[in-house]
Amino acid sequence: MSILLTAVVTLGVIGAASAAILYLIGQKFKVVEDPRIEQVQEALPAANCGGCGYPGCGGFAAALVKSDTMDGFYCPVGGQATMDKVAEILGRTAAVSAKKIAVVRCNGTCEHRPRVNYYDGASNCAIASSLYGGDTGCSFGCLGLGDCVESCTFDAIHINPETMLPEVVEDKCTACGACVKACPKDLIELRKQGPKSRRIYVSCMNKDKGGVARKSCDVACIGCSKCFQVCPFEAITMENNLAYIDDDKCRLCRKCVPVCPTNSIWELNFPPRKEVKEEAVKAEV
Amino acid sequence: MSSALRSQQVSMENKLVVSPSPHVHSGDSISKNMYGVLIALLPAFLVALYVFRLDALIITFASVVFCVIFEYVIAKFIMKKQPTVFDGSAILTGVLLAFNVPSNLPIWILAIGALAAIGIGKMSFGGLGNNIFNPALVGRVFLLISFPAQMTTWPTPDVGATTDAVTSATVLSHLKFNTPGLPSLTNILMGTEGGSLGEMSAVALLLGLIYMLWKKIITWHIPISIMATVVIFTGIFYLFTPIPQYNPLIHLASGGLMLGAVFMATDYVTSPLTKKGMLIYGFFIGVVTVAIRLWGAYPEGVSFAILLMNGFTPLINYYTTPKRFGEVKKNG
Amino acid sequence: MLKTFRIGGIHPKENKFSAGKTIQPIALPKQVMIPLSQHIGAPCQPIVKKGDKVKVGTRLGKSVGFVSANIHSSVSGTVNKIDKVLDASGYKRDAVIIDVEGDEWENAIDRSETVKKEFNFSSREIIEKIAEAGIVGMGGATFPTHVKLTPPPGTKAEVLIINAVECEPYLTSDHELMMEKTEEIFVGVQLLMKAINVPRAVIGIENNKKDAISKFTNVATSYANITIQPLKVQYPQGGEKQLIDAVIRRQVPSGALPISVGAVVQNVGTAFAVYEAVQKNKPLVQRVVTVTGKDVKNPCNILARVGTPLSQLIEFAGGLPETTGKIVSGGPMMGKAIAGIEVPVTKGTSGILIIPTLEAKRKAMKDCIRCGKCVNVCPMGLNPTLLMNLTEYEVWDRAEKNAITDCIECGSCSYTCPADRPLLDYIRLGKGKVMAIVRARKN
Repeated sequence: MSILLTAVVTLGVIGAASAAILYLIGQKFKVVEDPRIEQVQEALPAANCGGCGYPGCGGFAAALVKSDTMDGFYCPVGGQATMDKVAEILGRTAAVSAKKIAVVRCNGTCEHRPRVNYYDGASNCAIASSLYGGDTGCSFGCLGLGDCVESCTFDAIHINPETMLPEVVEDKCTACGACVKACPKDLIELRKQGPKSRRIYVSCMNKDKGGVARKSCDVACIGCSKCFQVCPFEAITMENNLAYIDDDKCRLCRKCVPVCPTNSIWELNFPPRKEVKEEAVKAEV
Repeated sequence: MSSALRSQQVSMENKLVVSPSPHVHSGDSISKNMYGVLIALLPAFLVALYVFRLDALIITFASVVFCVIFEYVIAKFIMKKQPTVFDGSAILTGVLLAFNVPSNLPIWILAIGALAAIGIGKMSFGGLGNNIFNPALVGRVFLLISFPAQMTTWPTPDVGATTDAVTSATVLSHLKFNTPGLPSLTNILMGTEGGSLGEMSAVALLLGLIYMLWKKIITWHIPISIMATVVIFTGIFYLFTPIPQYNPLIHLASGGLMLGAVFMATDYVTSPLTKKGMLIYGFFIGVVTVAIRLWGAYPEGVSFAILLMNGFTPLINYYTTPKRFGEVKKNG
Repeated sequence: MLKTFRIGGIHPKENKFSAGKTIQPIALPKQVMIPLSQHIGAPCQPIVKKGDKVKVGTRLGKSVGFVSANIHSSVSGTVNKIDKVLDASGYKRDAVIIDVEGDEWENAIDRSETVKKEFNFSSREIIEKIAEAGIVGMGGATFPTHVKLTPPPGTKAEVLIINAVECEPYLTSDHELMMEKTEEIFVGVQLLMKAINVPRAVIGIENNKKDAISKFTNVATSYANITIQPLKVQYPQGGEKQLIDAVIRRQVPSGALPISVGAVVQNVGTAFAVYEAVQKNKPLVQRVVTVTGKDVKNPCNILARVGTPLSQLIEFAGGLPETTGKIVSGGPMMGKAIAGIEVPVTKGTSGILIIPTLEAKRKAMKDCIRCGKCVNVCPMGLNPTLLMNLTEYEVWDRAEKNAITDCIECGSCSYTCPADRPLLDYIRLGKGKVMAIVRARKN
């Protein structure tokens, strides 16, 4: 009986002492956290992609709560709906911004842009691009080694084995911007998704002079400025032999598309044109 | 992006190859190293052939065949990747497994051992390079625990006799259980005493070590540190109590120590990367081995010691860094 | 026992096919492309324009910024245009394109063959002349020499080490230069000693150049303060830190410059260029280039004008062999593979190596078997396989802790790896990233 008693007492004392220590330490090192941080974090999609520029959703929530405004904070994964919800929790109003999507600005498929040498290094775009311009004549175009695919946490970008170019899956892309950072050639841009996913952009980043660009790739922008001249909204700028369409100014009138001599301007998800311009229309899916 | 897919698209005909430097390679390869180890195992195999005759050949051959088949089947049908059985690693595992079992082990038990070695020890981790434990030892220990009777009954290596029906104890079990009839040191060295297939002759195993050091397949750090630790550790006891149980030379030359120190502990995948790490690893294998031999329940502890330290290898790798340039003291 | 560096190292097959072949000049090209960036640091500002007449030695580009070097014309003729040209960097960069007419040299240049030994210049005058002549490290790193000769304040050079090891397999340009221009090199070494004001110089030569060692030892008897140090053949002995360790047994700490142990290292080719610049007023407009390879008909050492297309040098060596699989500008360990042969010779082009198809492609990479061979050969005492993994998984803090920035990119790890893993490819990438992170933290 006494053994039992000793055991019970000993264990009881140890237990009580441990509990006391734990309690004291817990009090001493207590971190007072703004309860809103947790609320905000719960509203976020928990993708932890870092697309907002903060280390994961927790970091984003903490920074957001600490800040006074909603300016500069945007969760590309959750989009407007999430931001509205977060703004409600914090008693602020979210700025309205349009849904974006990643576009790959290179159309140098194997047909359009023949390979002129054979790359034999590690299968990694960053390594290849630090070595040289690439295995085609164009030193601005896609290397096709898939750093963007690796970087995507949403399985939204894949290399098409036919063209050796990455393609974005519209439904999955959250415009987190990981691929934009991963691409050493800066080919990927986040652009407005547009009404009914209709959008127009220059699918080329070649800054060489027209002749040089054309020689290495059939569908390179040669900097002829025809689109620039035809655009009624001043949405197109020319720089370094390359046209760029500002998606804030573009009204999707499609006038620039047929004038491009190298078909380097893409229009996506538009209904087919009346005229026989089959080639210019590259409707996807 | 798989490289196979890439090469389909980009043929290299008449195109200059461009790659980052260096543009030359030593020509060293995994298979060269694996076959090098196999060559180093030849002397021990010849001794086994001499001692156990046909049995040695059958066990070794069967073990290799099982290992190769299991690896091929698992890689091709379960993991769905290109089998790499001809890099020599499966053959090596097979030979090492065979060297770690008695020559009269039933073939079906051997097959189970091969499955454990390749299936559990190697392929379940993702194949060569990814395993944590030495596959052959996984197989051996699996058998030792599952079939203790068959695994510890050795035929008497009565060289030249027509029958091998008599079984005998190993040197270490003589020591452990104090049975009479401890053989002489010369016999132990030359390998005419009882034991597993490959652990017969310390001299033959040392020949293998010299070959591997010469061919730069391994460095001296692991085998020498294990042997030195065992000798020093038992030597201390021997100084105080000079009985055969503590004789460092008997410990060095008997049982699986040589085989383990030279061929099992030096397995690339499961041993540390840096020289410092190798010495730590070797030291602890020696300590654990002697501890098991002197105070453990089993007469032999090399396999357990190596497996235990295999488990510590990632930790050793994490904490040991090679000696960096610029850390050496100025003495110019 | 011959001296060598104390950590790691490999000994690839030397294959010095062009050894002992005298340096030959080749016919002037019809057109040269002279890149405005032939050195580490800021590219030059062009100071000529289309239609300008130039002579050999006319300055084409002015150095801008602290780390930069002048560029001079290597031919006489008319500037055709300034345009982007593909160079050995693998990218198109600005170059002055000149149509060659005759071979007229600037008057100030002394073209005689006589060796001019006496000089009476101050340290500053020598460094100014070197800067004016646009001399860069000729070993391949192309770091502007005048910058290297101006040590940061508070440091003091004690010894000049001349890198004459030529540890890259295949290459023989330095070796041949040493055999033919021995006296000139010794004068160049004395000029360099004067420039940094050191009492002694050591010339390190690898033991596979026995003729050069004996010739240099003979000549050195008349120079009390210059000694010759034969070295065991070991790659990468030409690495600055490795050479210092091999010659004077001092190790430059991580992240520090050689001057921190009192040493300044210069290439033997640079010493010759310094001689020509200071004693003959000749800017750096030509250099010795080895053209070699297993299937090259006539492996040779060529005296080429900067800006000559590599195709002409290859033509001189017997043309591109049918088996050509890869062309490397530089040596096989650290040289750059080039995508085409219409690339100009630059100040740093030490050789052209033509690798046959059979040896051009790497073998497929396998899983790491953790053999630790890369750890054993790394001359900087790093753990290459770990650094590759850390780069692959972008664990930059651990990569930094494991001294990825110490890597000298010698390629010993990739050379050795039995699993054919592209260790250096990844480490180079990781090194760049970590250096950027460190730089960002400092600012």
